[in-house]
Amino acid sequence: MIQHLIILPVLVHLITGTVNLFFWGKPQPQRVMSLLGTFTAMLIAFALFNQVRSEGVMVMHAANWKAPFGISFVADTFSSSMVLFTSFAGFAVSLFSAAGISAVRAQYAFYPIFHFLLMGLNGAFLTGDLFNLYVWFEVIIMASFVLITLGGSKAQMEGGVKYVSLNLLASVIFLTAIAIVYGLTGTLNLADLAITLPNIKNQGLINITALLFFIGFGIKSAVFPLYFWLPSSYHTPPSAVAAIFAGLLTKVGVYAMLRMFTLLFHPDDFMTAIILIISLGTMLTGALGAIIKTDLKRMFSYLIICHIGYMVGGLALFTQAALGGAVFYLFHDMMIKTNLFLIAGVIKKIRGTTNMPKLGGLYHSYPKFALLVAIVIFSLAGTPPLSGFWPKIYLFQAGFANTSWASNYYVIGLIFSSLITLYVLAKMWKDVFWKKQPDTQIHVPDHFQPLSFMKKLSLILPIVFLASITLYIGLDAERVLTVANDIAKEMLNPKPYIKAVLGHL
Amino acid sequence: MELLLVIMIAILYASGIFMLLRRSMVRLLMGIILIGNGANLLIFLLGGITPGKPPVIAETKSVFTEAYADPVPQALILTAIVISFGIQSFAIVLLRQVYRLLESDDLDDLNTPLEEDI
Amino acid sequence: MKNIILRTATAYLIPLLLLFSVFLLLRGHYHPGGGFVGGLVASIAFVLHGFAFKMQNTLRLMKFHPSKFIPVGLSVSIISSILPMFFKKPVMTGLWLNKPLPILGNVGTSLFFDIGVYLVVIGVTLNILFTISDSGQQ
Repeated sequence: MIQHLIILPVLVHLITGTVNLFFWGKPQPQRVMSLLGTFTAMLIAFALFNQVRSEGVMVMHAANWKAPFGISFVADTFSSSMVLFTSFAGFAVSLFSAAGISAVRAQYAFYPIFHFLLMGLNGAFLTGDLFNLYVWFEVIIMASFVLITLGGSKAQMEGGVKYVSLNLLASVIFLTAIAIVYGLTGTLNLADLAITLPNIKNQGLINITALLFFIGFGIKSAVFPLYFWLPSSYHTPPSAVAAIFAGLLTKVGVYAMLRMFTLLFHPDDFMTAIILIISLGTMLTGALGAIIKTDLKRMFSYLIICHIGYMVGGLALFTQAALGGAVFYLFHDMMIKTNLFLIAGVIKKIRGTTNMPKLGGLYHSYPKFALLVAIVIFSLAGTPPLSGFWPKIYLFQAGFANTSWASNYYVIGLIFSSLITLYVLAKMWKDVFWKKQPDTQIHVPDHFQPLSFMKKLSLILPIVFLASITLYIGLDAERVLTVANDIAKEMLNPKPYIKAVLGHL
Repeated sequence: MELLLVIMIAILYASGIFMLLRRSMVRLLMGIILIGNGANLLIFLLGGITPGKPPVIAETKSVFTEAYADPVPQALILTAIVISFGIQSFAIVLLRQVYRLLESDDLDDLNTPLEEDI
Repeated sequence: MKNIILRTATAYLIPLLLLFSVFLLLRGHYHPGGGFVGGLVASIAFVLHGFAFKMQNTLRLMKFHPSKFIPVGLSVSIISSILPMFFKKPVMTGLWLNKPLPILGNVGTSLFFDIGVYLVVIGVTLNILFTISDSGQQ
């Protein structure tokens, strides 16, 4: 069974989603199936991660077609750890949706589509083929379209149009870039491309193709000039959906970027400068946008953008410390951002709104919940010894080590946006938890208190689960750092990856 | 043949981008469809156009004896067409729904202020 | 549409189209055709019926709602693609019966995968078209 481990993260969600389709219109069995499915996926992801850590890169050639001809699935440390963190987020959101998704939504497509989305994510992480990556991206987009518009409120439709049109454009650009790569090399296997691309004479064309890929993935991961679809669509769907989007969808763009620009393309000085400037813009616009927003979900959306900038900048610096820091930040960010939107969902349940001026007094009424949120917020702000601190140290180190002018600005942006993140979170803590509940508002009934114990548990437990993973990342940082450093080494030296896929160098 | 395809791809991309820049949502979708078709033709062109036979070995032989067309671009285009078929039909339903809610086709009308309740 | 020619022609065309779709499905492995094209032709048959006799009557004719086809088709495809896993082969490897069957020819997992695709395509296409035509009538 060991040899099939690599495809199981995809299959388990495909099977769960299909079985859920048979229970169309019956929310209760779907909930149970979904929980079982995501839990199994977590076990499989653990097994896969352990297997890859102990035995090295795993490869499966779909339908037994050998490497450059068929589609290969490849699990190295990077992809298997991404699958692992995705499975954590998937389990948490599945648990949260048991009480956080209304029966009307759960009756229809929510659970099947949720699993197809997770299947697409796992597929995108595990595939070793460029066109197959495009197909998985389309699976993700298709599923997220349905999730973002499910429910049909006016705001969701408006958010949906922005989301759909920008993401379709990104796919088309991605497809164009694939066409050029195929025309240049005649292969689409990532490992094969890693060998053939540097031997192409027309390196200028390859740089342009790299930029096309960068634009395509940039739209998907919401980097600087192309981020505006994210804050205008992520606050519209229910919190469970927004959580999975926030934690995973932009991160798959970052994953693809890291994969492409380490395995296939190697940024030259000009490209490094461009990517650093873009990452600087992403950090600043995200941070400044987060200051002015008074709605929790919108504020969190801008924070997502802000922190995408950290990782993209880490990619541009292209040293082991920077790549390790970017990957570590990616893990930390997946857990934190999912959790933030789940927290926003619970706050919405308690007070009926996520508008900060109308909130307040949560510390007084729910001290334990406030403590839980504090862990998440401190991690996000990067307080030592929590999880946000370690990757930032690495990124700073790498930024100082590089002496180009662009990296100076990157470090300044990093410091500035970290401070603003701290300020924004402090303001949010004051507004939501410490401030007295404003009297001007008509009294809103608490929807959280009357819930049954099981429902409360299913809302709070995922937050506890993700927060404890965050704590683990922070307190046992050495182990995570080893993994991140190994990934950075794999990125800088892709020979084992290529050898595992093709069987030769 | 190549030149004709190049001109066609250029026209498709240009008109698609022109349509993308309009404010009407339907035109936006049309623009994306046009660029998508342009991208499909681009794969077809860059895959190399060979007037060959289908890449299936005849039953009596064990290797290819004649020039054959590269099957990969065709498979890629077919996949891309299927995917865009699904996504475009979804987008059309979505646009219809938006039109029913907003009574408007203008992208500028999409900004209902909703800081109040979400 | 109350058009006597269309209605009469449809009555003859539907069985032909459905038969043709099965033909396309079965010849698809080594020749042009396959589950996707077959599914599209089959759904064209139902859409033609919908044009001639209104969509409600088509739904009644089909007995099941088209969305029911999707999970069935998906399961057939999934089972046929994970079957090789139990024979220690990678997912989606074709497994073939040793002897060709009469009429059908060689039978293998790819045939069942194609049958699954066929069902899913019918389900998805008709679902989309019925949704669009429903929203058109309201």
